[in-house]
Amino acid sequence: MHISLVAEKIFYIGNFAVTNSLLASVITSIILISIAFVVSRAFKKTPGRLQSIVEMVVDVLDGLSQSVGGQYTRTFLPLVITLFVYILLSNWLGLLPGFGSIGIYEIEEGHKVFVPLLRGATADLNTTLALALISVFSVQFYGLSKNKLKYLTRFFNFENPIMFFTGILELISEFSKIISFSFRLFGNVFAGEVLISVITALIPVIVPLPFFGLEIFVGLIQALVFAMLTLVFINIGTQVHGSETSVESVHGLAGEEVEHGN
Amino acid sequence: MGTEEIRMLAMAIVMGLGTVGPALGIGMLASKALEAVGRNPEAASKIQTNMILAVAFTEAIAIYALVVALIIKFV
Repeated sequence: MHISLVAEKIFYIGNFAVTNSLLASVITSIILISIAFVVSRAFKKTPGRLQSIVEMVVDVLDGLSQSVGGQYTRTFLPLVITLFVYILLSNWLGLLPGFGSIGIYEIEEGHKVFVPLLRGATADLNTTLALALISVFSVQFYGLSKNKLKYLTRFFNFENPIMFFTGILELISEFSKIISFSFRLFGNVFAGEVLISVITALIPVIVPLPFFGLEIFVGLIQALVFAMLTLVFINIGTQVHGSETSVESVHGLAGEEVEHGN
Repeated sequence: MGTEEIRMLAMAIVMGLGTVGPALGIGMLASKALEAVGRNPEAASKIQTNMILAVAFTEAIAIYALVVALIIKFV
């Protein structure tokens, strides 16, 4: 059984090492871009099969974002949907047969090492770190663009000592967001791959099946969690007004189902 | 015991102890959320969304333990 924490390098372009997870993420991007291209070319009033699926995904996430609330939700919804779809597809692609099992043997330090050609894109810390950086920076970007310099009072507030201290905590929490975003996704996906390879090594037939089901579910939940957290954080960032900001948005999140009811 | 044995032991202990807290937390969260759905079934979708968010935050702690365990094992 071979488990590697870091993605393996396959070949080099100049000094730039192309890893197997980078290859998988490029494949993910190509699939998503081509679906978007095909659907947007032939956009019909009565949707076909592919268009229905795309519309369904957008509709569900739009409904979710409306339930979170906030007046600017529609402006950053495309980013959230993109994150969701990208993470979902790379999580699920990593479960396909061929990922981690098709590869080449390379001589490293005297003995043969198996190098898989493909590895789930989100099972590499570099990918998830990049996604986390995109997410956290877009929180700052939307916060600054909607509230201008008033956004900075969230971090640097000299009105009273308590606000000053809260500002410091907010600043630290922005950095811890990067860490928790990236490690949550990486940890879940990587742990899933380790789980599956361990189970497959123990009993190769039938028994791994339910674990694949679990991993499909985990992939969906993690994509949803990443997108939802991005949505909520951007929402909180765009609504800076005084000290009750985060408390209010949490209330907005928790309360009032009654008026939209069923 | 050599270094390698201690590393293996440390990894197991990190995962074992590190998941106790999040396990309790997620259990509490789910039980409260189910209770809330039982009281007010109309709010089920809203409660579900918030529950998933809160579970993600709680679970992050277990993930930190996992990361530490991975670092002990592989780095």
